Amino acid sequence: MPRISRWFVKSALIYLVAGALMAALTLSSAAPLPLALMALRPLAWHLLTVGWATQLIFGVAFWMFPRVSREQPQGDERLAWGIFGALNVGLGLRALGEPAAALWPRLTPAPILPLAATLQVVAVWLFVVAAWPRVKALGR
Amino acid sequence: MPLLTRVYVRTGLIYLAVGALLGGLILWNKGAPAGLNVWRWLAPHISLMTWGWLWHLTLGVAFWILPRFTDPARAGRATSAKRGRVWLAWVAYVCLNASLVLVAATPWLRGPWPNALAGLLQTLAALAFVFHAWPRVRPSAYGR
Repeated sequence: MPRISRWFVKSALIYLVAGALMAALTLSSAAPLPLALMALRPLAWHLLTVGWATQLIFGVAFWMFPRVSREQPQGDERLAWGIFGALNVGLGLRALGEPAAALWPRLTPAPILPLAATLQVVAVWLFVVAAWPRVKALGR
Repeated sequence: MPLLTRVYVRTGLIYLAVGALLGGLILWNKGAPAGLNVWRWLAPHISLMTWGWLWHLTLGVAFWILPRFTDPARAGRATSAKRGRVWLAWVAYVCLNASLVLVAATPWLRGPWPNALAGLLQTLAALAFVFHAWPRVRPSAYGR
């Protein structure tokens, strides 16, 4: 397993624990939830879907998809690290900014969520660019 | 990767790019409202990311890696032509994409019928792929 894949998968595992914990706290319908916990609901979903599932897929895809070439099996590694950085910084900013914007809208810096959104979209688009040429018949 | 896997995965990548953009616009709007009614994109965002991205990726990779049927004429080796009823996996692809086009268009369509038809098509896609994949879930020709 290449180093970048190990970083993706281990980060995904951390998000799995964090997302499961947050989902347990926020998605229960057993009792009326306080406002502070309701504000964390979208974050719980995205920790599991982006932090866990998407990162796991990205990591395994970099590892298992057909190689780009013998010299650069995973393609340009700088691009892969850029994707990892943008996705995690973007999701981290969301984790801070989304509950804060819901609970203390006046105290939350306005650019934090647009920046989080931009970084995550850029990470996804860069992944599409990196993965596209690797979706090919084996041996080509 | 066989042709159908490439078609599934590349289609999934396109849905990923579009679905992420819609989600990004919704999140952006939470921090810096632009006066757009972005919440009507929530259902298409969820559908594109789940049915569009995750389904295409998983079905495409499953079609690729599930055990193939062995060919006695080639000393029991699996061959690329031995993936069983491939046409069913194509039917699943067509139904899935027809449903996604409908779901993506729901903000501009009236009435409950687009969602109902999309749901029916998604069910057909699931059934078609299950009928394709079920017999392939078996011991591999290269060992168990």
